[in-house]
Amino acid sequence: MNEGPHDRPTAAELVESVREWLERDVLAGTAGSLQFHTRVAINVLAMVEREMLLGAEQASAHAARLAHLGCTDDEQLARRVREGELDDRLADVRAAVWADVRDKLLVANPKYLDAPASAGPGGA
Amino acid sequence: MHELAEALAEVLGAGTVSELQRLSGGASRETFRFRADGRSLVLQRQRGGYSRDIAHEAQVVQAAGAAGVPVAELVAWSAQPSAIGSAYMVLTAVEGETIARKILRDQQFATARQVLPAQLGAALARLHAIDPATVSFLAAADQLAEYRSVLDQTGRAHPAFELAFRWLAAHVPASHPAVLVHGDFRLGNVIVGEHGLNAVIDWELAHLGDPMEDLGWLCVKAWRFGSALPVAGVGQYQQLFDAYEAAGGVPVDPQAVRWWEVFGTLKWGIICITQGLAHTSGQARSHELAAIGRRVCENEHDLFLALEGSW
Repeated sequence: MNEGPHDRPTAAELVESVREWLERDVLAGTAGSLQFHTRVAINVLAMVEREMLLGAEQASAHAARLAHLGCTDDEQLARRVREGELDDRLADVRAAVWADVRDKLLVANPKYLDAPASAGPGGA
Repeated sequence: MHELAEALAEVLGAGTVSELQRLSGGASRETFRFRADGRSLVLQRQRGGYSRDIAHEAQVVQAAGAAGVPVAELVAWSAQPSAIGSAYMVLTAVEGETIARKILRDQQFATARQVLPAQLGAALARLHAIDPATVSFLAAADQLAEYRSVLDQTGRAHPAFELAFRWLAAHVPASHPAVLVHGDFRLGNVIVGEHGLNAVIDWELAHLGDPMEDLGWLCVKAWRFGSALPVAGVGQYQQLFDAYEAAGGVPVDPQAVRWWEVFGTLKWGIICITQGLAHTSGQARSHELAAIGRRVCENEHDLFLALEGSW
């Protein structure tokens, strides 16, 4: 992330500073819809911070999973699943895709991974 | 606003229209609240565009009310262009809460939460009992094909959704004869008071379809708003199914409801893509919409949880 000519703070530290300001100084002075949208802004910045921290490693893992399935990108993987070309190794496909989904959630909303689940109707 | 108030007074035959305020609205559709001779009312109006939407919705609300579904009373409607808009309907304002998180967490709704699963089930049974011929102007749509097309139009690749589409296509349940379904039946689209359900609102997505669609959508995880209880975050499946059957609904096949719940999870995931796109395309710049674009993976995760062990 810090290979360029830029000085500290890093991009992630800059985003963090704005998020902290929103949390510390702005949120308390808002109400109703403005408060809701301030919370959304805080969440968005926290998401960007997590992506800056985890993004490079996740990109390598994503590329490796695709390569394992003989695909170069999600477009190709989606098309091959749709057309049934990977039907002989669907367990592999599901494992790889679910791992990608977990990585997306680790950035977008890590708490969601702990959210309560329930058995479906009929105990599925 | 003054002209609108005058036009409302005229169509309602009211002496005074006061406290007119805009509640929400996009480019083509707006909602206002106002008082007419002291009575608290809501106006939904369409400007330009496709005026049949509101005309259809007004007739659906009327049919649902006549069938015993709690709804806001329809006071006036027209699909004729007028000073109010290209089409409009006026409904009574129903007191209560629509914000799901408040209904699920605030102490004042503790009693309501107890009775809601049964009330929601009974409301759906009455809705589905309406003779479809009375709303024959509504279209029947193949939901799976429709959302296949919506996803394709986004141009976005989601392997998890492709896996879900394949499972859904391979497990389509035996369908019931098409009935009037609400199309977006969940917390957020019902008005809840301290004693429970006061009104079912937001009928714009009503269509002819399988009755199990409404039951499944009500149980989609996103509409539990973090609660562990599967039915709208307030109840267990069996409470909903029992109330639905007791109020005259067709016998519930839990596997069919499950199929619609899985479909609903996919559908909401696809809608999240379109919401994010509304921002990135410039159609409606909003960091809230942008953030919803990153909620797609919540639905992908829910699909894996729902289908684990049954692929």
